[in-house]
Amino acid sequence: MSVNERDVGTTTEGAAWEPKIVAFLCNWCSYAGADLAGVSRVKYPANVRIIRVPCSSRVNPQFILRAFERGADGVLVAGCHPGDCHYVTGNYFTRRRLTLFKRLLEYVGFEPERLKVRWVSASEGQRFAETVKEMVDGIKHLGPQKRIARL
Amino acid sequence: MPRIGVFVCWCGSNIGGVLDCPAIAQEAASFPGVVFSTEYKYVCSDPGQKLIVDAIKEHRLERVVVASCSPRLHEETFRQVLRRSGLNPYFLEMANLREHCSWVHPDTPEQAQRKAVDLVRRAAAKAARLEPLFPGKIPVVRRCLVIGGGIAGIQTALDVADAGLEVLLVEREPTIGGNMVKLDKTFPTLDCSACISTPKMVAAAQHPNIKLYTYAQVEEITGYIGNFKARIRQKARFVDHAKCTGCGTCWTKCPVSVPDDFNLGLGERGAIHIPFPQAVPNKPVIDLAHCRRSTRGKCGACAKLCPAGAIDYEQKDEFIEAEVGAIVVATGYGLFPWEKVYGEYGYGRFPDVITGLMFERMVNASGPTSGKIQRPSSGKEPRTVVFIQCVGSRDEARGKEYCSRFCCMYTAKHAHQVLEKIPGSEVYVFYIDVRTFGKGYEEFYRRVQDEGAVYIRGRVSKVYQDGSKLIVKGADTLLGEQVEIAADMVVLATGAVPAAGAADVARMIGIPQDKDGFFQEAHPKLRPVETHTGGVFLAGTCQGPKDIPDTVSQASGAAAKVCGLLLKDELETNPLVSRVNEALCTGCLACQPVCPYRAIQPVTITERLPGQPPRERVVARVNEGLCQGCGACTVACRAGAIDLKGFTNKQLLAEVDALCL
Repeated sequence: MSVNERDVGTTTEGAAWEPKIVAFLCNWCSYAGADLAGVSRVKYPANVRIIRVPCSSRVNPQFILRAFERGADGVLVAGCHPGDCHYVTGNYFTRRRLTLFKRLLEYVGFEPERLKVRWVSASEGQRFAETVKEMVDGIKHLGPQKRIARL
Repeated sequence: MPRIGVFVCWCGSNIGGVLDCPAIAQEAASFPGVVFSTEYKYVCSDPGQKLIVDAIKEHRLERVVVASCSPRLHEETFRQVLRRSGLNPYFLEMANLREHCSWVHPDTPEQAQRKAVDLVRRAAAKAARLEPLFPGKIPVVRRCLVIGGGIAGIQTALDVADAGLEVLLVEREPTIGGNMVKLDKTFPTLDCSACISTPKMVAAAQHPNIKLYTYAQVEEITGYIGNFKARIRQKARFVDHAKCTGCGTCWTKCPVSVPDDFNLGLGERGAIHIPFPQAVPNKPVIDLAHCRRSTRGKCGACAKLCPAGAIDYEQKDEFIEAEVGAIVVATGYGLFPWEKVYGEYGYGRFPDVITGLMFERMVNASGPTSGKIQRPSSGKEPRTVVFIQCVGSRDEARGKEYCSRFCCMYTAKHAHQVLEKIPGSEVYVFYIDVRTFGKGYEEFYRRVQDEGAVYIRGRVSKVYQDGSKLIVKGADTLLGEQVEIAADMVVLATGAVPAAGAADVARMIGIPQDKDGFFQEAHPKLRPVETHTGGVFLAGTCQGPKDIPDTVSQASGAAAKVCGLLLKDELETNPLVSRVNEALCTGCLACQPVCPYRAIQPVTITERLPGQPPRERVVARVNEGLCQGCGACTVACRAGAIDLKGFTNKQLLAEVDALCL
């Protein structure tokens, strides 16, 4: 796979540094929630980059590791609220898999705060915006992610 | 690397007012694979679409990136453009510059600009890895299975059958008609329930397109939309319905007498019985648990007396296998088991405390008392009747949180019937709120109050027997005082719960239930009769409590959905489904339990490797008719053998890489 090894997220210094967050949003709830934030003109920081997946259960922990490896400062995975999954039970798998994965990250000495799993419904544009704000604030506090990133 | 074209949309000032679209287009031209890049005011407009069509021809584009609004809005529009241009419609990827960028970051245009470029780079990276996808075609079996023969199931069956499609109507009781046929009069018009429902029952039984299975249960469903297989158990009736003429000799002569379940124990019936005189089919079954020949080994009265020789004690359950294209679940409701939790109403110890449905049977002219309202304890006419609302409904502590919707109205109707049939009687109704939402309902409620029913806002704290009277103690919360009424009869407005066995039906078909056990519709507002399982629809109270007009409307709605599905020659399947690379699959089947649609099944394949004898091994296979494309299995696969078309590992990793540059 052709991958440019240039690294931005971790090299800029001081006040100019802005965290880069990769968000995996499920098509039915959270992506629609982010769309609603747009339609309602709810503002949030421009640090987040969204990838659409059919269901949060499509998110392989490998994808998250890859994002960190390429220098993402934070990863957000968002899906339908438990019980509301478009695919009936997908988000329960997400919940279990990523709880475990987060513990693993913590165990190997990686700040678990950099990975967030949130439930955002299609009617929660405000909640999506708040989640991004909260995450950007938290990660600004943590500083650039350097543990997994290839420098 | 395929040739990619990028089209950046201004969306008037929606995107163009915040972002520098020409600059985005210019930068996009440098992305890997991009051979053409441009911007336009409104790409979705007719000239905008023409721009894409022309560019595809002129620049021999193989993949298209549209950077505009949300794909949830216009993905289908642009797919059509690709189709018109002769490209596979799945060669499209969109970047969401409006909802996810310009609309939410107007105050930081520089950051927004950087983000927009990233988003287009992501889309181009995915576009470069898109594969052609083709919706599959599956044939459709033009037959519909309706589970449950209440008014919902009957209505659906009739509507579907009238459209010229075959229907199998399966009912587990000996007669169709469900709960509605037990009712006496229906609110607010007071037309008799039997008069409006029995003709429909007969119509369903006689319809040339409807095959009726009563005293039967669906035991297994396999397959998928358009191509289900159902296994139906026809329970042994011990009466050959082909010979039986329904003359009635047997059930009048049966020496056994047991409480009549159809009348909720208010009357008695024989072991060989029909549920009620207008039952459809109007032929009896033998209740073996009570049949004297079965319990004591001797009797055989019915067999001796039957002029048609229809009695067959050796009859066995039979199984019917049927192929159907669609399934409508109409399993209805049951009553909240109040006896288990409501100690203040006597846990069912007092015979004169009855439920609303028992009152219906009692006041029904074809019921056990021939329509006479009487105290079950003494058979005497009650003078004072107390109605208690919300028994089991709207009671988070011991019952259900939800409102059962029809109790307020049937209680108002009961109050009217008591006042009408027993001159000089007194009627008290304890209520929390009176909900009269339907057409003509509020008018009816007012009319009943004018007739003399006394409505008391408050809960009943205790009901106890004092001699022949039932003392009802409660609170009037509007006056702020205690109330005590010496009643002859207490009628509980028992809430609705899913019918017994609903959980088994859900498991069998693979449809979810909500927190209260009702079947979950696909969308509470916009897809109220569909389920998340393709080809399975809901009708009536199995989806949630509702009154008869709503039930019938929903049943007709489900029928329309069934016709929409079955009147097609073939179905197009969603191509965004999982696929197993059999060469990599180890056959561990870790993917199987993860699938909510039971779409993954093991199959045995014969593998031929060079230089080795052929060997058989088990691999997972995805049924594309069942798979809905969530991708949960792809993550469960240890070998990485399963991938999701349209959201492949390769594509998603490329997207991550493109965003993290």
